Amino acid sequence: MAVSSTRGSHIPGTMTTASYLVTGALVLGVLVSLIVAAKAVDTPMAIHAWLFAFALTFGALAIGHRHFDALETFKKTGETKLGYNDNVVKAGVIATIFWGLAGFLVGCYIAFQLAFPWLNLDLPFTTFGRLRPLHTSAVIFAFGGNALIATSFYAVQRTCRTRLAGDIAPWFVFWGYNLFIVVAATGYLMGVTQSKEYAEPEWYADIWLTIVWVVYLLVFLATLARRKEPHIYVANWFYLAFIVTIAMLHIVNNLAIPESFFGSKSYSLFSGVQDALIQWWYGHNAVGFFLTAGFLGMMYYFIPKRAGRPVYSYRLSIIHFWSLIFLYIWAGPHHLHFTALPDWAQTLGMTFSIMLWMPSWGGMINGLMTLSGAWDKLRTDPVIRMLVVSVAFYGMSTFEGPVMSVKAVNSLSHYTDWTIGHVHSGALGWVGFVSFGAIYCLVPWLWKRERLYSMALVSWHFWIASIGIVLYITSMWVSGILQGLMWRAYDASGFLEYSFVETVAAMHPFYIIRGLGGVLFLIGALIMTYNCWMTIKGRIRKNEPVLAGQSDLPVGAAALPAE
Amino acid sequence: MSDNPHKHKDDVSGVETTGHEWDGIKELNNPLPKWWLYTFYACCAWAFVYWIFMPAWPHLSTEGWTYTKGVLGYEQRQSVADELAAVQAGRADQLAEITTKPLVEIAENPALMELALAGGKAAFGDNCAPCHGSGAQGSKGFPNLNDDDWLWGGTLDDIHTTLQHGIRWEADDETRFNIMSAFGKDEILTPAEISDVADYVLSLSGTQAEAEAIARGQEVFANNCVACHGEDAKGNQELGAPNLTDAIWLYGGDKATIVQTVSNGRGGVMPAWSSRLDEGTIKQLTLYVHSLGGGQ
Repeated sequence: MAVSSTRGSHIPGTMTTASYLVTGALVLGVLVSLIVAAKAVDTPMAIHAWLFAFALTFGALAIGHRHFDALETFKKTGETKLGYNDNVVKAGVIATIFWGLAGFLVGCYIAFQLAFPWLNLDLPFTTFGRLRPLHTSAVIFAFGGNALIATSFYAVQRTCRTRLAGDIAPWFVFWGYNLFIVVAATGYLMGVTQSKEYAEPEWYADIWLTIVWVVYLLVFLATLARRKEPHIYVANWFYLAFIVTIAMLHIVNNLAIPESFFGSKSYSLFSGVQDALIQWWYGHNAVGFFLTAGFLGMMYYFIPKRAGRPVYSYRLSIIHFWSLIFLYIWAGPHHLHFTALPDWAQTLGMTFSIMLWMPSWGGMINGLMTLSGAWDKLRTDPVIRMLVVSVAFYGMSTFEGPVMSVKAVNSLSHYTDWTIGHVHSGALGWVGFVSFGAIYCLVPWLWKRERLYSMALVSWHFWIASIGIVLYITSMWVSGILQGLMWRAYDASGFLEYSFVETVAAMHPFYIIRGLGGVLFLIGALIMTYNCWMTIKGRIRKNEPVLAGQSDLPVGAAALPAE
Repeated sequence: MSDNPHKHKDDVSGVETTGHEWDGIKELNNPLPKWWLYTFYACCAWAFVYWIFMPAWPHLSTEGWTYTKGVLGYEQRQSVADELAAVQAGRADQLAEITTKPLVEIAENPALMELALAGGKAAFGDNCAPCHGSGAQGSKGFPNLNDDDWLWGGTLDDIHTTLQHGIRWEADDETRFNIMSAFGKDEILTPAEISDVADYVLSLSGTQAEAEAIARGQEVFANNCVACHGEDAKGNQELGAPNLTDAIWLYGGDKATIVQTVSNGRGGVMPAWSSRLDEGTIKQLTLYVHSLGGGQ
């Protein structure tokens, strides 16, 4: 089935007015980059300007190359109708796996740096301070972001029964976003940072991301607008909420004045406690809309699809969507309890976090209960097991979050490793597992394979990574609570019982356990990479016992999109 | 919804669907789970009650922006200030005594000593442990404070002076000051002479080397080092010159390190704490360090 017909006799992939305009814009971008490179006042800016110049040049050339490729294809096939745009999704899946491995590896390394400081190697590029944002950005924005872009592009086409809007635009989103990642990552290593957590990239990278993100929003909206279904599926509400809110958060938190247009340093528009509040309004909602809403969109497509069961409750999906959207945006101040932030703002941050508990759990209920009638698949299909356990971790961390936002709890947990453990139960358990589940679904679907190379390897991935997560979370609970209790221990005369260095020394064994947990998680991801690689090559592992749910085809639903 | 012709019953659960289908995905028309809804209401109710009691909502008044103060009148800053004041008040009398009384008198008063040692330990952890180690065991360049090998003296008054004014702390006029010359860098001694004097210094604590080198080194020592370290090389606490005969080394007691020390000189720095800590805390630190085992 051709899901979308193109305009008249136009040969798909050849130059249009729009592609000439895009090429022109890219060439203009190259010129600007070269001017900046020539006049750059610091080395990182010069390197990044050259990077932009090369990337944009390649972009312009690729558009031209594409034109001639399309002409040749047309000569052979004579086809002017287009199916779903799956090539950009394939690229996104590969990028997700690649950045996942990079991000997990850096994470393991910095985990061991905390246990063994000599691993900082006394080099500026390898210090914890530079590698830590490299890790967080690689896993959140590179791994998570590519997973979200790829799955949203896949799901929105299927659930709207239409081809992705835009000819070059989806590709611009993919390559532009990954260029942002490279600029951000190389910047961190060179010490370029605006020192805002999860928003470290400097002003020029931020501007670039804004352009890319607006195009992403337009592609998504235009695809929704040309949908062939009367209603918009719930997964798309969540994806859209994620895209819109991230645009707003990114722009406001990164408002800054560059020291020079040819330099990498800028100064935030905000200062003091206002800056802190804006930063955590951003930071918390990056969790809320990037890591929660976006991945709920993923969950709402892949769980019912894989399980072959209807979503449990339409009504619950509406109520929890709107209550989540409304309440999440207020919860940021709970990151600033017991600081200079005024009392009233702390109160609102805490109470809205408590009210957020059930709206968050609505997604968990809908995810888990969708399995009703198909619980046997937990046993027979390791991909479903991964997806379901991701929802369980989601439920756990969205309960832990409100608990930690309560001031009485926060006075113990704040600034301790407990927070790190909490973040990772969400990051490894929820975001990681739901993405792995989606990847395991997508690879055979996209590359038109009968099934994954090996279901046994999925099981291995699941169990190894699960043990890794458990080691990670439990060690951080123990060390976090120990740390918090040591910080607040007083002797009879009211003096602190422990000095700070003593509390650091006490963390050592837990840092080792945490690092080992991370290594297990990384090993799981390597197994997944091998499995996906073999699947893409078209191999199927022989002699695997065939279980009922082993087919990648969801029961009762056409898994492969008809084209 | 009920007149939607596409609606049908899901065979497994017996629940109706909403009648829509996207890429094979349908939605059941299940109601909201009751426990979910009531827990949500309860959380909201708790938030509303909390807002009544605690500072909560910002609003405009005739005097500009303000906020609802809450019926409990809680203020975080005030509550911290109150807690700190309560702790201070509980030990204010004793602290005043520690601040005013001579160190020797405090040392003889068990009640005051208990407070001084506890306070000293806490202050040590926050201020001194980064260099001297959390057990005061020291490390290269930072003296061990548990032994009785003192550079500038180990009596209560000596330790007190060191803490107050620091060592080679230029911002303090009364700081303890003396330098070990860079005999090699400043070309006072030749490399051969430095090697000899290192052999001699090592021999003082029992490490043997070639007898002739030691004899030559002894002469170099007599001509260059005795002014500070003394003829017997036992050091001089007035000048902060270490005892070279006790096999306790601040920078290391192997020959290479001693050659480096003689060649380039040494001049470790300790801050003058009187500009950072109050007198009571400095006295508590004095008593604490004195109590570690080496106090004289």
